[in-house]
Amino acid sequence: MNEMNEVRKPPVATTGIIGWLRINLFFNWTNSLITLFVVYCLYQFIPWILDWTIFSADFKYNYLGEQITNQEMCSRNLDPENGGACWAVIYVRFYQFIYGFYPKVEVWRVNLAYVMLAFALLPLLYVKLPYRKYFLYFTYIFPVIAYFLLNGGLGFTEVSTNKWGGLLVTLVLGCTGIALAFPIGIMLALGRRSKLPVISMMCTLFIEFIRGVPLITLLFFGMVMLPLFLPEGIDMDGLVRVLVAVTFFQSAYMAEVIRGGLQAIPPGQYEAAKSLGMSYWRMNLLIILPQAIRISIPPIVNTSIGLFKDTTLVIIVGILDLLGIGRGTLADTNWLGLSYEIYFFVSLVFFIFTFGMSRYSLYLEKKLKTGINMGAD
Amino acid sequence: MRSNLGFFSDEKFRSIFFQTLVVGLFALGLFFVITTTSYNLEKRNIATGWSFLQNPAGFDISFSPFLEFKSTDTHLKVYFVGVLNTLLVSVTGCIAATILGFILGIVRLSSNWLLSRLVYIYVEFSRNVPLLLQIILWYSILIQLPRVKQSLQVLDVFYISNRGLYSPRPIFESGFSYVSIAIVLALISSFLINRWAKKRQDKTGQQFPVFSSSIGLIFIVPLILFFILGSPLSFEHPELKGFNFKGGLVIRPEFIAMFLALSIYTAAFISEIVRAGIMSVSKGQREASAAIGLKQTWIMRLIIIPQALRVIVPPLTSQYLNLTKNSSLGIAVGYADLVHGFGGISLNQTGQAIECMAIVMATYLSISLTISFFMNIYNRSIQFKEK
Repeated sequence: MNEMNEVRKPPVATTGIIGWLRINLFFNWTNSLITLFVVYCLYQFIPWILDWTIFSADFKYNYLGEQITNQEMCSRNLDPENGGACWAVIYVRFYQFIYGFYPKVEVWRVNLAYVMLAFALLPLLYVKLPYRKYFLYFTYIFPVIAYFLLNGGLGFTEVSTNKWGGLLVTLVLGCTGIALAFPIGIMLALGRRSKLPVISMMCTLFIEFIRGVPLITLLFFGMVMLPLFLPEGIDMDGLVRVLVAVTFFQSAYMAEVIRGGLQAIPPGQYEAAKSLGMSYWRMNLLIILPQAIRISIPPIVNTSIGLFKDTTLVIIVGILDLLGIGRGTLADTNWLGLSYEIYFFVSLVFFIFTFGMSRYSLYLEKKLKTGINMGAD
Repeated sequence: MRSNLGFFSDEKFRSIFFQTLVVGLFALGLFFVITTTSYNLEKRNIATGWSFLQNPAGFDISFSPFLEFKSTDTHLKVYFVGVLNTLLVSVTGCIAATILGFILGIVRLSSNWLLSRLVYIYVEFSRNVPLLLQIILWYSILIQLPRVKQSLQVLDVFYISNRGLYSPRPIFESGFSYVSIAIVLALISSFLINRWAKKRQDKTGQQFPVFSSSIGLIFIVPLILFFILGSPLSFEHPELKGFNFKGGLVIRPEFIAMFLALSIYTAAFISEIVRAGIMSVSKGQREASAAIGLKQTWIMRLIIIPQALRVIVPPLTSQYLNLTKNSSLGIAVGYADLVHGFGGISLNQTGQAIECMAIVMATYLSISLTISFFMNIYNRSIQFKEK
């Protein structure tokens, strides 16, 4: 027996849980001190936050077992010693948070639109979907359906946009802004790279102007100045005016992202397409753009996250999105002083959407790196 | 058969044709907008022009740390106060966000799993929640602080209440100007010494104690001068009189909320940029510098950071631009910046929407261009130079 060949096991302290702990938490004494300090802070903080949000919180009833209808009935306002968050405000105002002031009789239309939105997004997000082609047809006609469904017409009673609010407005602004900005952004990006000096200059000026000013000034522009630019008799809806501003804003950012993708396409692709006798539009539509958009999908998702967060700015020009409904609720004497609960809830809703989107973009980036064909078109 | 449109296939002709078409359509649109706008303005009895800038504003601005502002002052002064407030919150925010972002970015790469996870959670939370919501949240926390009468006292000189942070106001007496001149001179000379020392080290390899000599120049020399001149600086302490503090320096909760929200939000993005920058430096660089016996802190300072900066600075510039543009959200909490003061209250009072918005947009554009300009110069100075 050759002793040299005998396999020795690694020391206990370098493998398994103990090894992991040693390497990651107690590598040396400063590291250990930091770990202990962090653990102590978490030990102080986590029970407190759990207690406030869950264990001592009121959800629908207070600690006396009464159903909460205003802030005075919250446990913590009855007895400061007893009670944490008062989530009843979310429970009572849930309808407004999700639908705004949409008439209750017609609310099935909003629900239907939400469900249809999910189906419309499905083929865009999941490229291996069976029968994806047919789903995509639905995606293309969805905006038209959603318009009539939400706004009215074609036999539906009209619901004016000043009754819309909450998550509905947030989603309408976010989705419409992104959907409209996408084609405009492509045109701007192509325009900026165009060989025609006038067109390239105009596109560059537009993009740099929009990117150089804050969104809020564009919203003011839409709200205050757009009505001055239009002839008499054309009365634009407030939500539409904001949408115009948001779309301009987003398309400039989208254009820069797509331009980045266009720049990454090797010149050989252009030359090959031209040598086949393709025209400018055929070359771009069939050869260049499919490749450029595919590589710029992760940054497109990232700017979309930015837009989704920026839709909250519309509350400054008086449109009640999710945050606007939250602030409106706080101004109600029935729910005065529940700011932490409301802001916590609104943050959570935004977090779920934006975190989901950012995870999705990371997943796409990983897929791109491994070179799997994503078949985006 | 020859097509009658043969000339249309000529690239040069098409280029001129399309460009003329676009310019023509654009001019037509512009003409249409201008005529309808002037018609609309006439109908609403709004006179265009810049004379409104000289009219008295008629409202007060609660936070104007650099200029004295009275309600009889002109709209032009509202504009200057707004620009200064925008610059104040942007500059302080950028500095704080950079420091916090660098620290967090480095901590995120720490070998301590718990610490790096904690920073990860912070980053994800603060960049996935809308900034406006964070500003409002900070503001609502600040105005729920105790009232003035029960204000929290820190170190016996600072008072924190729901009306803001009160601190002693420094009063510069005659003679202090010499001290400030000395500080400026010391800064310039230590900068020059730094350059000279670098050159000498490149040539001869000899090192010069730059750090300690700079500290000596910047702190000790002015301090000695300060005492020689008989300490020409005193403090005016805030005093509680009636319902409010009198005297002292006050920092309003609107500013604090803006500052905290902007710097914490942007720091999350900067920390990710810093992390990506440090990770972009190849592992071999660290190993090579360890192999030639450099200390851990030196490896970071001399090898890793200079190379990481090349990757970090371009996206950092766009974060600074974002922060500056985001400072316009001050309107949500009533911070009298450019948008709230001039683009909001002045616009509503005078009705000069086009003029006010044009000025506000032009100002933001010039601030953005200035930041880009300086950051581009800095970027060029740190990029890899081939010798």
